[in-house]
Amino acid sequence: MSDRAVADTVTYNESVVKVGAIATMFWGVIGFVAGLYIAAQLAWPVLNLGLEWTTFGRLRPVHTSAVIFAFGGTALLTTSFYVVQRTCRASLWGGPLAWIVLWGYQIFIVMAALSYVLGYSQSKEYAEPEWWIDLWLTVVWVLYLLVFLGTIIKRREPHIYVANWFYLAFIVTVAMLHIVNNLAIPVSLTGAKSYSLFAGVQDALTQWWYGHNAVGFFLTAGFLGMMYYFIPKQVDRPVYSYRLSVVHFWSLIFLYIWAGPHHLHYTALPQWAQTLGMTFSVMLWMPSWGGMINGIMTLSGAWDKLRTDPVLRMMVVAVAFYGMSTFEGPVMSIRAVNALSHYTDWTIGHVHSGALGWVGFISFGALYYLVPALWKRQRLYSLKLVNLHFWVSTIGIVLYITAMWISGILQGLMWRAYDSLGFLEYSFAETVEAMHPFYVIRVIGGALFVLGSLVMAYNLWRTVKGDLADEAVPVPAAAAAGA
Amino acid sequence: MSFQKTMEKNSILLTIVTLIVVSIGGIVEIAPLFYLESTIEKVKGMRPYSPLELAGRNIYIREGCYTCHSQMIRPFRDEAERYGHYSLAAESMYDHPFQWGSKRTGPDLARVGGRYSDEWHVAHMKEPQSVVPESVMPPYAFLASKPLAMDDAAAHLKALRITGVPYTDEMIANAQADLTVQAEADGDYDDLLARYPKAQTRDFDGNPNMLSEMDALIAYLQMLGTLVDFADYDPTADYR
Repeated sequence: MSDRAVADTVTYNESVVKVGAIATMFWGVIGFVAGLYIAAQLAWPVLNLGLEWTTFGRLRPVHTSAVIFAFGGTALLTTSFYVVQRTCRASLWGGPLAWIVLWGYQIFIVMAALSYVLGYSQSKEYAEPEWWIDLWLTVVWVLYLLVFLGTIIKRREPHIYVANWFYLAFIVTVAMLHIVNNLAIPVSLTGAKSYSLFAGVQDALTQWWYGHNAVGFFLTAGFLGMMYYFIPKQVDRPVYSYRLSVVHFWSLIFLYIWAGPHHLHYTALPQWAQTLGMTFSVMLWMPSWGGMINGIMTLSGAWDKLRTDPVLRMMVVAVAFYGMSTFEGPVMSIRAVNALSHYTDWTIGHVHSGALGWVGFISFGALYYLVPALWKRQRLYSLKLVNLHFWVSTIGIVLYITAMWISGILQGLMWRAYDSLGFLEYSFAETVEAMHPFYVIRVIGGALFVLGSLVMAYNLWRTVKGDLADEAVPVPAAAAAGA
Repeated sequence: MSFQKTMEKNSILLTIVTLIVVSIGGIVEIAPLFYLESTIEKVKGMRPYSPLELAGRNIYIREGCYTCHSQMIRPFRDEAERYGHYSLAAESMYDHPFQWGSKRTGPDLARVGGRYSDEWHVAHMKEPQSVVPESVMPPYAFLASKPLAMDDAAAHLKALRITGVPYTDEMIANAQADLTVQAEADGDYDDLLARYPKAQTRDFDGNPNMLSEMDALIAYLQMLGTLVDFADYDPTADYR
């Protein structure tokens, strides 16, 4: 990755990456604020405002789509366009196609969010956009694959770097999942409404095959690509083990796709499918931790940088959260555990330890690396603010996930509690009431996370402006990489 | 490792092998559900949704009710006591899409049909806290004042027939009439009931002057879980 040596002979398309970086930060704040708002609705239902456009039911997909597809997706587009150029020593293939992909994707996001608020939804989780928006995304996605693959094909490096394997697997698999899960028959070609091609049990497994691999390939494989480029760059060390990355890659992508049925334990899905899903989910623990080890051990010989570089600290804690949630996931996929955790906030807590801790922090780390590098700044405006962001957000995450663990397990236990006479001990309404304090704690945690992202946005804005805070800079690792 | 070395230098090969590797799990798990006959139990009573029930279901979908309510009762003692018999695959065989849900911020609704009166539902939709003080559900009062906009009921049934729902030509021809008659206070329900046995017919929202979205949603909620007669269901026949 000696890209600087040849930078004068290759003109990278960095303006598309710059716009993508700004869009990522923008969507991050929007998505986090949307999450904070719907969390507050669950604590204080009066915030639903009595309007049809602002109910939890319509805004919840706005939040999930804004964080997964708008923030996460734009982060993946942006970093993949940057990484593939640098690691292939080639500019993006297809000229203006990269711009069409970026803007086409932004239009997809806006159309999806507006459609939910106005009452158009397929009501399949994380696949809510109706058929016409799905078709639009399909076109954008195929163009994305062309740009990415085209750039790899014209590379001037003999090998395809490991980060690009992960990005490629993410793009290819998401295309497959998106197309199959969204197969639908429109009521009319001029109307928004469609009916899913599949019904009942088949639809359920198709949806969770999609849904779990939206986690596995959108929120994991793509972001592992990010990890495999930005951690080595930030720490200035090669990836810990090439062999481990090969094993990690193939086992992860093979095993992940089987894990969907663990979302359907004890349902009307045949038990053989549930058992397969559980078995592969438990096995998935191994490649997940293989990736975690490969990421963290890349710091070998440079552990001291954790003390001085808050950007690196953010990336490493991201990988630690990845390790934690990929341990929790297999535990929750065990049928006996799932009997308690399913339908409760434990699932929500699990998702957020991965989403806020892993996806959020690794993206923040990548942005903190990218912005000074793209705008040719000496370093970030302020490392102290990065440190502040890190701690405020970490405390926010801890509050969030512990509140959800407690409320989830509490609710699961209350549902199944019997009194000494053999009657159910609690009515459903009593279990809802018991959640209230934890929903308030979640709001506080979420507010801290939002606050951290605002600190970050301010820091990046000052960096783009070219300002430098008057502070002692111990080891300007980001500056060295960005020069 | 030599094959790995080849793939690392050949992007098309890498893409193809990746696609093959990620296809296997889905094919093995999902494809059999379409041909294994034991997947969906043989039960009596299941029928396609009447046009009004379908319209109500579409409102349920539009409002994202699945974000807080499941429609899938698991085979546990506490769930059986709270919600009723565990859900069968057959009970959602005409659900495009399925609405099993993944979260119970509110209770399961798979068998909510007949549990509460229409009046309770209207009051609950208008202001949930008026009947369940602890509830965190948003109010849906606007449903009562919105006329049901479904002037293409036949097109909906036709689209569903393409996906495999056994709507007959007769059902499609009478779709629009069936939609309105089901919520009339005192209509001629005979043909409707012949086509959709057990369909509940009355004015649901307490306002006989208008066919509202509230009528449709309550018609849907009141039929949930009521079609299969468990008196003649033998679970041992379906052990899988």
